[in-house]
Amino acid sequence: MSAGTGKPARGQILGAIRRSLKRDAGDGGAEADRRLAERPQGPAVQRARLPRPQLVELFVQKAEAVQCSVARVESPEALPEAVADYLKQHNLPSALRVAPDPELTDLPWKDKAPLLTVAAGRAEAEDSVSLTGSFAGVAESGTLMLLSGPEGPTTLNFLPETHLVVLRESQLVGPIEEAWARLRERQKTDRGGSLPRTVNFITGPSRTGDIEQKIQLGAHGPRRLHILLVADEPG
Amino acid sequence: MQATSRNFKDNAHEALADPNLQKAMGFVRTGFIEKRKAAADALPEFEALRDSARDIKNHTLANLDHYLERYESKATENGAQVHWCATAEDARQTVLEICRSVGARTATKGKSMIAEEIGLNDFLEKNEIEPIETDLGEYIIQLRKEPPSHIIAPAVHVTQDQVEADFRSHHKHLKPDRPLAEPQQLVAEAREMLRQKYLDADVGITGANFLIAETGTSVIVTNEGNGDLTQILPKVHIVIASIEKVIPTLDDLGVILRVLARSATGQEMSSYTTLSTGPRRPEDPDGPEQYHVVILDNGRSSMLGTEYQEMLRCIRCGACMNHCPVYHAVGGHSYGWVYVGPMGAVLTPSLIGVDQAGHLPNASTFCGRCESVCPVRIPLPKMMRHWREREFERNLNPPAQRWGIRAWAFLARRPGLYRAVTGLQVRALGLLGRRRGRFASLPLAGGWTRHRDFPAPQGRTFQQRWAERRRESGRSAA
Amino acid sequence: MTENKNESSPLAGLFVTCLVDLMRPSVGFAAVTLLERAGCRVEVPEAQTCCGQPAYNSGDRADTKAIARQVVAAFEPYDYVVAPSGSCAAMIRDHYPALFADEPDFAPRAKAVADKTHELVSFLADQRGLDSVPGRFEGRVTYHDSCSGLRELGVKAQPRRLLARVAGLELKELRDAEVCCGFGGTFCVKYPEISDKIVSEKCAAIEESGADLLLAGDLGCLLNMAGKLKRRGAGVQARHVAEVLAGELADPAIGEPERSPGRS
Repeated sequence: MSAGTGKPARGQILGAIRRSLKRDAGDGGAEADRRLAERPQGPAVQRARLPRPQLVELFVQKAEAVQCSVARVESPEALPEAVADYLKQHNLPSALRVAPDPELTDLPWKDKAPLLTVAAGRAEAEDSVSLTGSFAGVAESGTLMLLSGPEGPTTLNFLPETHLVVLRESQLVGPIEEAWARLRERQKTDRGGSLPRTVNFITGPSRTGDIEQKIQLGAHGPRRLHILLVADEPG
Repeated sequence: MQATSRNFKDNAHEALADPNLQKAMGFVRTGFIEKRKAAADALPEFEALRDSARDIKNHTLANLDHYLERYESKATENGAQVHWCATAEDARQTVLEICRSVGARTATKGKSMIAEEIGLNDFLEKNEIEPIETDLGEYIIQLRKEPPSHIIAPAVHVTQDQVEADFRSHHKHLKPDRPLAEPQQLVAEAREMLRQKYLDADVGITGANFLIAETGTSVIVTNEGNGDLTQILPKVHIVIASIEKVIPTLDDLGVILRVLARSATGQEMSSYTTLSTGPRRPEDPDGPEQYHVVILDNGRSSMLGTEYQEMLRCIRCGACMNHCPVYHAVGGHSYGWVYVGPMGAVLTPSLIGVDQAGHLPNASTFCGRCESVCPVRIPLPKMMRHWREREFERNLNPPAQRWGIRAWAFLARRPGLYRAVTGLQVRALGLLGRRRGRFASLPLAGGWTRHRDFPAPQGRTFQQRWAERRRESGRSAA
Repeated sequence: MTENKNESSPLAGLFVTCLVDLMRPSVGFAAVTLLERAGCRVEVPEAQTCCGQPAYNSGDRADTKAIARQVVAAFEPYDYVVAPSGSCAAMIRDHYPALFADEPDFAPRAKAVADKTHELVSFLADQRGLDSVPGRFEGRVTYHDSCSGLRELGVKAQPRRLLARVAGLELKELRDAEVCCGFGGTFCVKYPEISDKIVSEKCAAIEESGADLLLAGDLGCLLNMAGKLKRRGAGVQARHVAEVLAGELADPAIGEPERSPGRS
């Protein structure tokens, strides 16, 4: 689309790389293709290889270590109350922007949390509290993995000051590699292998150390990240 | 950015006399180092992961052309528009044309060292597009009209009091007597200032920590969330990335992420690691309508196949500068260009020429601490020494230094002459210095004695004394 | 572990180092004492001058290689090459083989000498298993880990292990012991102001440690730190660690006058 870029520059750069690497003309990149197909694994992190109950404990411990708060919730039906409790406890507004995900919008909000105003959709500038689902939780580092899509507007993860995330215990994985595997599986069946537009790995609320290395929360993204961890595996 | 690397000594002189800078650098000397160590010690596999990260980057560099092609094809499949740019000028023009094509008046920016390298902000301003830095550190230095002094903490040279003064002088519409003494108040004010800018911007520009060939994805790693707001709110998202950012697979990303944040800030993971693949999909409720990736070479392809190739492993964590005694002493601005500390001392001569940046690889004690903490094990001192060799070959170092070294080497290559000459000198110095034990000044040693005493030699050389001892023991044996 | 030496005892070639040769021969003699204590016969080849670091780190590769060839030739006959300096030992051990990597005729010779080269204190502790030393020292010392020894050769625990054997000695660990002292060979004269800033920080930590005596394994660093301590008027003295281990303390400490009526 512009002078100096596009095809000529492409050839020039790739040509320069090939000259510098003294690449044989016949090298079509079989080695690269092999790595892309085989996807060799790096060193395994032992910490993340735990049986399920301990995995849950590790996730909670790691998430709290990065200033998340975590509430254990017995069942999806108990979520509206848990949300209302959290907001009340922290004197937060009772208006909630919820991801347009039936698993969240279909919860018994009116019955169980009648004082909350619940609206579904992407985040707008005025929204101060959001509630989203998640795709996975990585226990190794207390990280949440959220995907963009019709049920997951990315703006919900960043614009509001308070971000509430629902994570089911069955969504927990040990190391990040297991999350890749689950993601590849999901995308293979539904989406022809492409990743969603945005994959967010979120490890604690927004923070900055830009002023004299003193860590402050809530730099631009959420100040508070609250995880509602729903039991959905037989204990 | 106009390089002032030639003036390194003068820059350093000013930096050493700047009490604000010295105070601010004190925080670097302790904070980053302790946090990194704690994080590294807490992960038994850390050293193995460093090896693995090094190997991934080496493999990628050896196949860089192939991985770039595969990355491009996947990215394009997903709707990305990929722009190849050989030079900084090409990259600036490309970004400008994209901005103009949507009639952009403002562009928000996430932190990008490539944007600094190509001088993007000045260029956009000249062309009537307002660039707005959103990373808190970048925002502070944009107000101060300064370049970054650190690759991950651009305002690390600024004290809290200076930030307060800057905010008061620039945010004139706010009450002059508002409380700003706490860091949290400063952070909150910057948050307020930038909120509307994110929403109003026509274009969002970010860098990329990585490009993933497997999926055609760009990755940013941040803590503030500013990069994400920058890239999801405007209609257009432009990623600017240099060629060596590509890595093969998501699994490779997992390995490198584990060493990146630990090395940089001592975190296990930064708050936000965000993967972007193409523009928003038809069914997406938000996200950019256009997604452009500018791939920049700017001299890197010619580093491949040379003794500087390993520098292209760098993942820009900043650990080398965090652990560098010279960087601690003089701060980032002394280096006179975009990249600072040990990684800058190797990379800057490659990018702007060793004739411009000759001081940088020399201004190192070779203490090796940078290499000892580098997550991808770049042999930084070795590569600085290679630059010194290039300078020596091209007669670029000061004549007095050259002749000093040549004269010493001339003697060192002739043991007999060496013993005669040094024996006499040492004898004389020993006699002169014996009474005080040291010299407060010495001819030709002003560099030393301006700041410290010169201990007197003991008088006769070891070799003289040893020969004497052997003669005596020979006599007593006989 | 024996002190009795005979023809079957290993023969150590002492690489004196230029700084010890010229500035502080007592370190060389202390090294000889310790090596003999560790059961070695010691010889000092005459054909040695310098390991070549000043040229090497100034980018003068041709002169470096000429000097290195000379060192290799001079030390080939010995079972071990031992230097009372981490940086000179690292030069021979780590950097000589790299210098000759593209010279198939000489590379094996450089490699052979490199492989048998050691820094003094780590040699005593690791190779010779020395577990008692003649030194006695009543007082508090602190120890600076010189960079090359620490990071290129892994010298860290060995000096502490041997210092623990010195009767009367109390070790006060130095804050930031692994941070460079700012010497850096030619660095300290090329960038004197920066070097001064770094050594000033180091001296502040040394004074803070409460030690009476600073020890290190490299004379370059010691000259730098001792010179700065003197200029600051600090009371801390400085010596090479070998002097204390060998108990050879008759010579004044680094930068001290020959006879000092006020202080001993």
